[in-house]
Amino acid sequence: MSRTGFMFVAADPEKCVGCRICEYICSLEKSGTFNPLRSRIRVVRIYPDVNLSIACRLCEDAPCVKACPRDALAQSEETGIIIVDEDKCNGCGWCIEACDFGALMLDPDKKIVMVCDLCSHRSDKKPQCVEWCPEEALSLTNRVILAQKARVSAIEKLFKAKIETP
Amino acid sequence: MGSKNLKAIAVRGTNDIPVADIEGLREHCKELYEEMRHSPKTAKYRTLGTPANVLALNKAAALPTRNYQSATFEKAELVSGEYLNEHFIVKIQGCDACPMRCEHVAMIPDGPWKGTTARIPYEPLMAFGPYCGVDRLEGVIKAKELCDKYGLDAISTGIIIGFAMECFERGLIDEKDTGGLDLRFGNYEAMVAMVEKIAFRKDIGDLLAEGVKRASEKIGKGSEEFASHIKGVETTGYDLRGLKTCALGYAVSRRGADHQRHGSYGHDLSGEVDRFKVEKGRGKLVMDDEDIYCIFDAMILCKFSRRLWNYDRIARIYREVTGLPMTGEEMRKAGERISNLGRLYNIREGLTRKDDHLPPRVMKMPIPSGIAKGSYVSQEELDFLLDDYYATRGWTRDGVPTLEKLKDLGLEEYAYIVKPKLKK
Repeated sequence: MSRTGFMFVAADPEKCVGCRICEYICSLEKSGTFNPLRSRIRVVRIYPDVNLSIACRLCEDAPCVKACPRDALAQSEETGIIIVDEDKCNGCGWCIEACDFGALMLDPDKKIVMVCDLCSHRSDKKPQCVEWCPEEALSLTNRVILAQKARVSAIEKLFKAKIETP
Repeated sequence: MGSKNLKAIAVRGTNDIPVADIEGLREHCKELYEEMRHSPKTAKYRTLGTPANVLALNKAAALPTRNYQSATFEKAELVSGEYLNEHFIVKIQGCDACPMRCEHVAMIPDGPWKGTTARIPYEPLMAFGPYCGVDRLEGVIKAKELCDKYGLDAISTGIIIGFAMECFERGLIDEKDTGGLDLRFGNYEAMVAMVEKIAFRKDIGDLLAEGVKRASEKIGKGSEEFASHIKGVETTGYDLRGLKTCALGYAVSRRGADHQRHGSYGHDLSGEVDRFKVEKGRGKLVMDDEDIYCIFDAMILCKFSRRLWNYDRIARIYREVTGLPMTGEEMRKAGERISNLGRLYNIREGLTRKDDHLPPRVMKMPIPSGIAKGSYVSQEELDFLLDDYYATRGWTRDGVPTLEKLKDLGLEEYAYIVKPKLKK
């Protein structure tokens, strides 16, 4: 594992408009059909103006893995991606409850757990939700990058007057 | 639904929607998304939103103001899209699967209605703004929020309150009727209070809840002359007196004054035609607009993206999704078929040429000021426009589809509706 932490898909709440294109492209990419129930990224809209899409955050020491009573979940040491052993998973849903973000869901047909794998099946390894997000609200990022972004915007706020009138 | 105290039915599906040509559709969507996000053809919706119309229509003297007394509003700046975006818009959101996102969410930042939130497109803004003589966006936002909560149509509600304001100023109704409200043009607090009264059918709100047509018939005393509706549906945000192609579109609209049936104001406002004139060919413009709007609805395409679409492109996406053969011409014909079915429905329900009317003010009261000063649609002009439109459609002078037209469209099974009307 890299020392900057696992990469994952994160959404910027300032930019997300709740259009759910990420859900459709995820479903299409993974199942060849349009069905948001098959998406591994989900958008939450809270009235009146809060929008945010959520996918697996690739937690260090993931609670979903620990919660599984059948050892069906494992976390890749290299990428941090949660790997589901389809033979072991029986869809009991303990991992779904254990996840603080609601980032795991049941496959509506197979009734086993599915979770974002950063489109690792693709040769270009590009998560399609990030590629298709029309607002550039989604990015493949890690905690180091996010923290630096937060620092920059905090400093920008603090020194707003100075930056605007150099 | 009202009698059952039922406001809406939400349905959520769980099944997959398979697609015939996944790669083709993917490519097409990429193209479409690129255009929706960056094309000048969608820029208005992405930036100021439809409220950009306020200043544009005010300049063109096509902004219905004070119950159609005027086509310009001297306080338009204060209810403009520019002012709204600068002072009230907190977020622009998207509808499902749309990269264009147009939904402008407004929030009142302070005052007694602090925190009030509503989406503000042009039409409700016009209805609760200029149409009621209101120059306070707080009043517009509050009224819109209440309409959304109570399930009222915000355009019709604003138009009926504008009508009631004129009744009040003319003394046809008084404070006893309004429950003490000083319902004058511009009184935004009274306007907001009246939305509540309409929703709960209190005082004269009980009558106004019936719509402008029935309310004016009950109030009488000449109020029918300034009741603004077509086929009983309240008019919308385009002053038809100086937009004559658009006026035809509204007159023939199968569900009355509805800005979603044709969009023919585009020809008038772009300068493509002389908007103060009637001439042959306007019928064709309206017919083409109506037919493709039917297809937009049937295909669930957003009309805000209308300038990106033509029949060939719509046929292409239809093929990609369904895998069934379809050409642009077949698509066009399907649009024409839907338009004719709408007409047949109305004929079966007893509507005739007489119902393809315009509100009295559009036909009798010239626009008093502005660049369109003096313009109105006379009976002769309306008749000319209707004749041209019916002939283009292949309908009789009474607006009845002929048997040949039904055959052409494969609608012979509805011949029983038109036969009795064709006899004489």
